[in-house]
Amino acid sequence: MSMARPTASLPAANLPVAGTAAPAATTAAPAPDTTSLAGTLLRRRRAWKPVELLFWGVAILAPLMLPRSMLLMNEIAILGLFALSLDLILGYAGIVSLGHAAFLGVGAYAAGLFALNVSTDPLAGLVAAMLAASVLGLLSSFLVLRGSDLTRLMVTLGVALLVFEAANSWRSLTGGADGLQGITIGPVLGLFDFDLQGRTAYLYSLAVLFLLFLAARRMMGSPFGLSLRALRDNRLRASASGVGVNERLVLVYTLAAAYAGAAGGLLAQTTQFVSLDVLEFHRSADLMLVLIIGGTGWLYGGLVGAVLFELFQDVVSAATPQYWQFWVGLLLVVFVSGGREAVHKAGAALRRRIAALFGGRRA
Amino acid sequence: MSTPVLETIGLVKRFGGLLATDHVSFTLRRGARHALIGPNGAGKTTFVNQLTGVLTPTEGQIRLEGEDITHRRPEARVRLGMSRTFQINQLFRTMTPLEMLLLVLGEREGRGLHFWSRLDARADLVREAATIAERFRLDDVIDATIATLSYGKQRQLEIAAAFAARPKVLLLDEPAAGVPEAERQDLLDTVAELPEDVSVLLIEHDMDLVFRFATRITVLVNGAVIADGEPAAIAADPAVRAAYLGEGKDA
Repeated sequence: MSMARPTASLPAANLPVAGTAAPAATTAAPAPDTTSLAGTLLRRRRAWKPVELLFWGVAILAPLMLPRSMLLMNEIAILGLFALSLDLILGYAGIVSLGHAAFLGVGAYAAGLFALNVSTDPLAGLVAAMLAASVLGLLSSFLVLRGSDLTRLMVTLGVALLVFEAANSWRSLTGGADGLQGITIGPVLGLFDFDLQGRTAYLYSLAVLFLLFLAARRMMGSPFGLSLRALRDNRLRASASGVGVNERLVLVYTLAAAYAGAAGGLLAQTTQFVSLDVLEFHRSADLMLVLIIGGTGWLYGGLVGAVLFELFQDVVSAATPQYWQFWVGLLLVVFVSGGREAVHKAGAALRRRIAALFGGRRA
Repeated sequence: MSTPVLETIGLVKRFGGLLATDHVSFTLRRGARHALIGPNGAGKTTFVNQLTGVLTPTEGQIRLEGEDITHRRPEARVRLGMSRTFQINQLFRTMTPLEMLLLVLGEREGRGLHFWSRLDARADLVREAATIAERFRLDDVIDATIATLSYGKQRQLEIAAAFAARPKVLLLDEPAAGVPEAERQDLLDTVAELPEDVSVLLIEHDMDLVFRFATRITVLVNGAVIADGEPAAIAADPAVRAAYLGEGKDA
């Protein structure tokens, strides 16, 4: 894909010149300038941007603004976490998957069984869900190491189908088509009981999402995260740069599985019910749609996508309860065949406008 | 000064009926400026791909600092001190040059699994990345997306990234290929300015560059070495002249 594209090299104006230190190329001791510039760039890149703080601020204050939509918001938070998980492998490491529901489902069943048989403590159950999903992630990660994207789509889909049928057949454990019933979940941290409005559920899911997001943000900004981006961009060069390709893929796939397991655990705990629906194909497919809407590789894509997807579904299914899937399908087609660029372009233009307002600071 | 740092012993690579590498025994001496030349399709890139581990030889052995690396994975060879550039740019196109250099430096320092560390946690590595960027004339674009760089800058980055691994052996696969005239001199300068303790193997078409740079030349034709020696001797070698004239004027 590397074509000889003789574009002019970017002008130095693209670089934020720190203070008054203009890059004078003629001086004999040049390293400190570039070094301090590099340090500035790296710090700026990892710094929290105002819009990020705004995003989380709104999420935390949402219960005050929309006290009656708590259940919907809980669904959004869980879908957002699930999509964040897919973004870790798709957006960072470049692994496509059509079977991510396997990890969601295993996490959900693990959390449900844990509550029924071991303890009703939600956090312990969440850990159980993450562990169970990461075991499946570790085992199946070896299947996605080789082959093309198409192979991976088929392999991940196959694994998800296997897990679905296993859950369907193993009635004594999963309850088969009846699902796991009679789950009760104790108060979060022994303090906050789950209520009917879903207030505790939402805040619990949001807190888990936020903590796991923080961890993901930190990890994707680390040397490990950088090596994942290297794999996604160019595997040949990654291995020629000393990156152990297989080990990184195994690790990130397992990590993503644990994240999806946490989403499944939250789903089981906040709905107090687990059925085969958590393993259905549409979960994996919807997830792709969520990431396509929100964009991959910037961590917020899954969250933004989840908000838009759920709101759209909510509005449309209220308007036309029978045909809402038609509109979801139409949205997908329009969005993928050009609408996405238009939206992202508009977003970029908006960012430039805002940046200009604040005196030329880069967005 | 003349101990071999890299050598191959009877290296053979077959693709079905095609003998792409024909019993090549080759020696790269420490600190060498060695060029590997040959007409199109002579098997130069196939040879390099075996050296770096992209391809596995059918027969024979590859030794780096005396250690048999024939079956080591590509990333292990990088850690043992051999890195390369590619004939066709293989870059991390969504990264910035700064990030790409930090990646290589981080992997060199064994930080690739550090999932909780920050990219700028090691000030010495940031400084080194900046110094390398300057050495390869990339300091004006360290924060630009690589895909938007000019072709010449991308070629510079190819070499810079390989250099950042602090190799004992650096394989340059046609570094100047396709670089427009305006950026060519910069590139040739950076190649000429590589530190003397790095042993360089240059795979090249461009005879001008080869004879300016190399102190030793190996000629590969149809997968086999037909000549190996100092530039003057190679230039006068009748077999080499025949190979090049026979193939048409190639360089």
